[in-house]
Amino acid sequence: MRSALAAVLTSCALALVGCEKKASAPPPPSAPSGGTAAAPAGGTPGVTGDTILLGEVGSLTGSEATFGISTRNAIELAIREVNAAGGVKGKKIEIRVYDNQSKPEEAAQAANRLINQDNVLLILGEVASSNSMAMAEKAQPAKVPMISNASTNPKVTEIGDYIFRVCFIDPFQGYVMAKFAHDNLKINKVAVLRDLGSAYSQGLADVFERKFTEMGGKIVARETYTKGSTDFRSQLTAIKRASPDAIYIPGYYNDVGLIARQARELGITAKLMGGDGWDSEKLFELGGAAIEGSYFSNHYSPDDPNPQIQKFIADYKAAFGSVPDSLAALGYDAAKVAVDAIKRAPSFDRAAIRDAIAQTKSFPGVTGNITLDDKRNATKPAVVLEVGKGKTKYVATIAP
Amino acid sequence: MSDFTQHLINGVAAGTIYALVALGYTMVYGVLKLINFAHGDVMMVGAFLGYGVAQKLGYEHQSSLWGVLVIFLAAMIACAVLGFLIERFAYRPLRDKPRLTALITAIGISFTLSYGFQLDFGPLPGAAPRAFPEIISPREWLIVGDRAVVIWNWQVISLAIAIGLMLILQGLVYRTRFGRAMRAVSFDHRTAALMGIPVDRIIALTFMLGSALAAGAGILYAIKDTAIQPLMGLYVGLKAFVAAVIGGIGNVPGAVVGGLLLGLVEEFVVGYSSSSWRDAVAFGFLIVVLLVRPGGLFGRVTAEKV
Repeated sequence: MRSALAAVLTSCALALVGCEKKASAPPPPSAPSGGTAAAPAGGTPGVTGDTILLGEVGSLTGSEATFGISTRNAIELAIREVNAAGGVKGKKIEIRVYDNQSKPEEAAQAANRLINQDNVLLILGEVASSNSMAMAEKAQPAKVPMISNASTNPKVTEIGDYIFRVCFIDPFQGYVMAKFAHDNLKINKVAVLRDLGSAYSQGLADVFERKFTEMGGKIVARETYTKGSTDFRSQLTAIKRASPDAIYIPGYYNDVGLIARQARELGITAKLMGGDGWDSEKLFELGGAAIEGSYFSNHYSPDDPNPQIQKFIADYKAAFGSVPDSLAALGYDAAKVAVDAIKRAPSFDRAAIRDAIAQTKSFPGVTGNITLDDKRNATKPAVVLEVGKGKTKYVATIAP
Repeated sequence: MSDFTQHLINGVAAGTIYALVALGYTMVYGVLKLINFAHGDVMMVGAFLGYGVAQKLGYEHQSSLWGVLVIFLAAMIACAVLGFLIERFAYRPLRDKPRLTALITAIGISFTLSYGFQLDFGPLPGAAPRAFPEIISPREWLIVGDRAVVIWNWQVISLAIAIGLMLILQGLVYRTRFGRAMRAVSFDHRTAALMGIPVDRIIALTFMLGSALAAGAGILYAIKDTAIQPLMGLYVGLKAFVAAVIGGIGNVPGAVVGGLLLGLVEEFVVGYSSSSWRDAVAFGFLIVVLLVRPGGLFGRVTAEKV
């Protein structure tokens, strides 16, 4: 029995490893929008007679699927608009989208495929910082420009000078929520519950803890969870013992919704706070009444009366039937910034495109005016939203 | 003290679900010496079916006693059929092939289910997580002190359902002809066949029974953690497999004890140290048990004939 069991266990392990590899070999092509074949090697990458091919990697399946889907939708909307207006320099824009199953290793594979096989001009995406970093590690050595729409971890653009983003970074977001908790909510005791495996969550939590302590507040409990778990009662029971005024949970909507429900079930009444990872229509469904009255920092508010924003929301709704979340807004901006750079660049050379992106100044996006600084990050204010019944309410704007 | 009690309640709730899923692993291993890695995903399918039925019933009916019964029965029967199909078309043709072939097929089925359910077709699947309806409308059952410990009615009902399912299984395995046949096949399927036991039918029934239990566990899991998504089965399945091995794979009471132990160990590790230790301690526990008792806590150590 002993040797039989050992043999079975070893063979399981082997089989698991084998299958994992097999499964990840071909990333399933997701909705390639009726594309032409890749540009022949030797010509200008991504540019054929009358089309410009861009690439996108997104989490279309897996745990963060709504992020990838709304990003893809918004990028598609942006490109449709550009093409309807006659395209860029007389060429139509096409986009090839690959799914990464919400996993960094798949994101790296997909980026590789876009660069080496499809020969795209530049790459758009991702939302999760861990995935963007995996892609950037492939794009930078190949000198392919990449614009992340919503990865807020500082390390993403530090990977190299071809990597950009159109959103603010974690230190700022952590600061925004610390300032809001201290100045607006006037609370002193906060517990922090972070996702140990996510670069995004770690970044926000670190900065929040530091800034909030500097402002005179106190972190009364520090708890962690790991992606994939759906039972947070043990951590919450420990947090309850510290009786905080608020709990800062810089995680993603899918975890946060469950955490909120389980916290209320355990009798925790503290306010919940978080970052832009909360932004999804699914948050209301998963969190239900438990999440109402919570606050999170975000890139834009759908309540904003600005006509450009309202037009984007109306167009998006007409095309996809839902209110765009901030990932969609950022995806739209990322695509528009890319197109703007291709227009301004003197040639279709990737280095020229890179320089043009780097020179982006006060580009009027739906998430605010985008100026890329010398670290290739966008600087702009953040908003704080309150979660209500099925929608969010604008509460405050906090400037850098 | 109050948080110790709360941890205990949380641990038992998680443990009963591991136990229900572990029962399926252990029964299939018993009759077939196959680790059915698709078992966790059958649990996921069960949860999705429960979700679908609850949607169909509409909000007013799903939280009635009959509604809950219909949801459980529909999901369990449908999953029993799924279990039958998996056995009939994926495992039976490979019964005489080397054991590794069936094992790899099991992993293939597992991936087919968990990734297939992420495709958008029909009303049920899709990659995004969704909230599971509150089929037992939540009410506080017991409050200790100043809300220091709260026990909800659904926690009690879930525990009762889990224990009920285990008792039914116990009765089936030890008190019926089918149970006796199943134990005979598990003991030695060639001899059992010579004694006139229809081995194929018993194996198919075992699969159906295990899958029905998994469906029940899936719905209980969804009630507890309030959301379902297609990858949930991989994680719970792995943990339940560990629970089955700790208890002694092939041993029915062992699976229950292993599940409860694992649930409690995990809960206390996370509650009193850090969540990063959860899996390390769970698998460390497995290694220790196997070192001390290679057959698991309740398993028999039999000499392997070479």
